[in-house]
Amino acid sequence: MTDTTHQPYDAAADPAADTLTLPPVVDARSGDEPLAGLETRDVSAWFGSHKVLERVSLGMPAGEVTALIGPSGCGKSTYLRILNRMHEMIRGAALAGEVLLDGDDVYRPGRRPAEVRRRIGMVFQRPNPFPAMSIQDNVSSGLKLAGIKVSKEERQHLVETSLRRAGLWDEVSTRLHTPGGALSGGQQQRLCIARSLAVSPDILLMDEPCSALDPTSTRRVEETIAELRGRLTIVIVTHNMQQAQRVSQSCAFFLATHDTPGRIVEAGPTEQIFENPRDQRTSDYVNGRFG
Amino acid sequence: MTTLDLPPVAAPGPAADPAPTQAAAPRPERKVRLGGITREDVFTVAGAAIGSLALNWMLYERVLPFSGAFGFLICWYLLFLAGYFALGRLQWHRLMVRDRLVGVVAWSSGLLVVALIVDQIGYVLSRGSEAAQHLNFFTQSMDHTGPLNPITDGGALNAVVGSLEQLGLATLFAVPLGIAAAVFMSEVGGRMARPVRTLVEAMTALPSIVAGLFVLGVVIITFGFEKSGFAASLALTVMMMPIVTRAAEVVIRLVPGTLREASYALGGSQWRTVWNVVLPTARPGLVTAVVLGMARGVGETSPVLLTSGFTSQFNGNPFSDHQVSLPLYIWNYVKQPYDGMIARGFAAALTLMIVVLILFVTARVLGGRRPGQLTRAQKRRIDRDARRLEKAAAGAVARPYALRPQEQQ
Repeated sequence: MTDTTHQPYDAAADPAADTLTLPPVVDARSGDEPLAGLETRDVSAWFGSHKVLERVSLGMPAGEVTALIGPSGCGKSTYLRILNRMHEMIRGAALAGEVLLDGDDVYRPGRRPAEVRRRIGMVFQRPNPFPAMSIQDNVSSGLKLAGIKVSKEERQHLVETSLRRAGLWDEVSTRLHTPGGALSGGQQQRLCIARSLAVSPDILLMDEPCSALDPTSTRRVEETIAELRGRLTIVIVTHNMQQAQRVSQSCAFFLATHDTPGRIVEAGPTEQIFENPRDQRTSDYVNGRFG
Repeated sequence: MTTLDLPPVAAPGPAADPAPTQAAAPRPERKVRLGGITREDVFTVAGAAIGSLALNWMLYERVLPFSGAFGFLICWYLLFLAGYFALGRLQWHRLMVRDRLVGVVAWSSGLLVVALIVDQIGYVLSRGSEAAQHLNFFTQSMDHTGPLNPITDGGALNAVVGSLEQLGLATLFAVPLGIAAAVFMSEVGGRMARPVRTLVEAMTALPSIVAGLFVLGVVIITFGFEKSGFAASLALTVMMMPIVTRAAEVVIRLVPGTLREASYALGGSQWRTVWNVVLPTARPGLVTAVVLGMARGVGETSPVLLTSGFTSQFNGNPFSDHQVSLPLYIWNYVKQPYDGMIARGFAAALTLMIVVLILFVTARVLGGRRPGQLTRAQKRRIDRDARRLEKAAAGAVARPYALRPQEQQ
């Protein structure tokens, strides 16, 4: 079903690699450019005076899928939202530490949040296509929102490429002008993935992208993630252990107790976390003994 | 009955199996009646109504020293409720009687409202059709019509045009301002949002004559503009803007926050999010807001009274000279002691209602689609795509979207 081997990505061996290149005008990443990785150093976060994350340092390797696992309320989603500066949109949110995209801190003074978010896309827990737009306009909405002008042909090509990458093209190619809200939940979520891909981000963050979906739709989304691997760096928050095991190459286990903020208990290759964890708590969690 | 007799669970012997198949011809299905009104309900209501009418007639006309139709109706209604309660108590449980009694009160209140509206419209229709049935009412103004001229002479063309122009200008001013204020309150927020909201709420309750006085004092007396349709439209703007703002803010707040998040996550700035995501999503509600504002504006008389000036002549230019609008026309002619003039006033009232109806329908058709609904243009595009696909399926080379060579696997 999904590709769960942990070999480094080899573009030449991937039969789909050359078929999905974006046109150069709208695509900053045409394949031969190095992929960007993400790294955080000593990231702590607060909501008001309540500390929710404590000195989280984690590297998310370029071109790989990193899964963030842990029980509810351990700060995974907060951490994810810190990565693309969505954290600061919540009133009373504060932050310490560095988030390095290609070695450059996204919180460097003078850096525009909108520019960071364009390079680090996000897919949310509940599918949220824009209801007032057609499928096609949903996909190309990122261009409109970022104020990028492209010709009609380029736009159409971008729509098709993004939908193909998200594995949705065959299902919607005949009804691109219908509203996005008319699709099923799983299709909507893949539409949201396509929408994120259309602005050609370096990183794609996914906040429990399958938790509102049925198993079939979940499988399709996981297939999409597997196909995207190697093209961009993916960070996924999931409550589903099997999903983390299936889609990710590396994995970080977050844990918070009622009086200590969330922190990383253990991080490393997914295989190691699931089969040979160093920490007893990790072992308990991945084997379903708590959480 | 036999078809539904399941074999006892404890004895699932092989002999029980063929039982369902034996009943090969099923009985025709009969729908069970769920709820609805029974004959009993109708007779109870009718009985209570007739009985209370008879009792009321006797009490009101023969026993008690009352008179007047209004009091008669009220007493009848109260007696009806009492009678209905008593009749119900004879047949049903106490809770059920209470439930139905409330139902009857709710029904009769609804009927009363409908009756009032029908009465209003019907009265204006019957009084207004006398003058409105002559075509000249819509093609002439009152330039050369004296007080005793027959209703086949003179009309309200000047007032119709004046109303439309003043309302159009006022909408042009009030809608952008109102929606901008709503966006400020709901999207920008901050410390200033609350005082602005309080002010807007206070403005919705502003007596309309004060709006007229404000424009009279500021625009006409202080700045020296003459009384004109433009000044009237400013006064109407003052009346319409708070309504548009309030209604628009409510619908903008209804736009889910997840859509804003999605827009920000795509790299959208705040104003692009508002422009491309929030306002389009809220569009049907915004249309309602505009319609509410226009409804307020089109019937206002007192702001117009002080600012537009009255004229019996046709004036198509709202920026100079007096210009009459429909409410002012009605107000002016209906109080004159001539039958012809009163008939013209009612015809103008009828025209005003028709204008309002046309405006509302137009607004609904233009912008009232729900987000999921398709425009006609979208439907055409879908049809076109479908035809292309059919062609492609039939072996033609046309594809819905031409693939680039390297993508054809």
